[in-house]
Amino acid sequence: MKKLMLTRRRFLTAAAAGLAGTALAGCDAFDGMMAPGSPVRNFLAGANDLTLGVQRALIGREALAREFSESEIRQGMRPNGATNPNSMDYMFLRQGNFGLYTLEVGGLCEAPQSWSLEELHNMPSRTQITRHDCVEGWSCIAKWTGVPLAHILGEVKPRASARFVVFHCFDVHAGGAGGVPYYESIDMIDAYHPQTILAYGMNGAPLPVENGAPLRVRIERQLGYKMAKYISRIELVEDLSPLWGGKGGYWEDLGYDWYAGI
Amino acid sequence: MSAPSNEEKAGAGSRAKGPVIHRQSIWTRATHWTWVVCLFFLLLSGLQIFNAHPRLYIGQESGFAYDNSVFSIHAERTPEGGVAGVTTVWGQRFETTGVLGFSGGGDQPLQSRVRAFPASVTIPSYQDLATGRVVHFFFAWALVGTMLVWFVASLVNGHLRRDIVPRGADIKGLPGDVARHTRLRFGHGRSYAPLQKLSYGLVLLILFPLIVLTGLAMSPGINAGWPWIVDIFGGRQTARTIHFCVMVLLVAFFVVHVAMVVLAGPVNTMRSIITGKYRIDAGEEER
Repeated sequence: MKKLMLTRRRFLTAAAAGLAGTALAGCDAFDGMMAPGSPVRNFLAGANDLTLGVQRALIGREALAREFSESEIRQGMRPNGATNPNSMDYMFLRQGNFGLYTLEVGGLCEAPQSWSLEELHNMPSRTQITRHDCVEGWSCIAKWTGVPLAHILGEVKPRASARFVVFHCFDVHAGGAGGVPYYESIDMIDAYHPQTILAYGMNGAPLPVENGAPLRVRIERQLGYKMAKYISRIELVEDLSPLWGGKGGYWEDLGYDWYAGI
Repeated sequence: MSAPSNEEKAGAGSRAKGPVIHRQSIWTRATHWTWVVCLFFLLLSGLQIFNAHPRLYIGQESGFAYDNSVFSIHAERTPEGGVAGVTTVWGQRFETTGVLGFSGGGDQPLQSRVRAFPASVTIPSYQDLATGRVVHFFFAWALVGTMLVWFVASLVNGHLRRDIVPRGADIKGLPGDVARHTRLRFGHGRSYAPLQKLSYGLVLLILFPLIVLTGLAMSPGINAGWPWIVDIFGGRQTARTIHFCVMVLLVAFFVVHVAMVVLAGPVNTMRSIITGKYRIDAGEEER
């Protein structure tokens, strides 16, 4: 019996040691080397290029994100990030119910153009019920209606040198002198993808302000932070580094991966 | 499999010593330690990622206007004006102040103390989802690469067939092995004991592939290319919940695994997974 007690004690001690080891392990030992800008962090972030390369190689260019049925829309779209931009130009446009809004598309293209919201409404449209996946971990199903970006690109005729589509936005966020405006970028593969639309409608109604009115982009094979809201201007560029933090997006400049397909 | 007479002998440590054999190949040892590093960083960065939205659901989406949540860790105001950490599991409420939901010392700002998993078990220690993701995906690739190396090597060198896949004899020997384990009597044979075999098989052939697949099921890119990965789990949010549950099982395996190493004789077992050399009990060598 004594032997059994002893071995039981040994068992408990061993189990406790294992637990304590796990609990103590994390702490702040890795904070410095994981901070944005550190060489270790940059090395680890290289795995995202591998993810992009492998996903692009394995997933067809035209492969569509899952579309859902009307009955699967069980709630409103959860608003996240900026929900009510307070820049002067946005508040002015909002007051007029976006009647004076124009979408300007320029940069590396043959025929830069501007369109009013009404003109965008009169273009070919696509409606899709998709699942929005936030980088935080939650998902929400909603119906989106808008102009395929491919149609817009067909109108402005991108030059061969155009490698990225950049979305400039009205919402200004904390950081830097006078704040940093939201912006995002995608490559031409995602730009021409059939489900990439400039949405002006949501769940059968005009796009609400909290979800990005008057215009937001849907990029259904990536996470929510890529799908810029409150778009003011679209620019075709060859290189992302001259823009703001140089990483191709507001969240990317803060350390998030440019490719958000995972 | 031990000879029946071994069962009659006294508990661990008192067996007659046998010869030292070469037990673990370089492939088994190298992949084992690579996994140790990978799983360490995957766990701590995974808890960081979980902290960004510390709630699990069943289904395709997360219910905000309705309730399909099965697990959550959050903080609440107490009637006295303090803050309490609360964990809910299938509707059951548990107060977990100090560990889950609300943790850290009183000298820290309140805002940083409201967090699902405490700073001691996340990388980085502070809230930083972007960095958690960078760390997680790097080691996820390393884990998958090591799994492939292990699988091919173990198939070729026979480790998989000999030591991992259970055979009829293992199933027959199971009740006896369970009895030995409950009495904490461990033999040191040439091959793994039935329970050992089953637990390694469960981890390597079921839990590892499951945690990778549920991880991929959360990728919107993979969802477009291979929608069946989401379908087999019944939705992205269910996959996220299963991913979390498999993590809990792997942590449980780790705790038991380390306890067994200590109980079965830490010097001998650690030597076998570092150098490959392992001393078996006398009478085990003839088989």
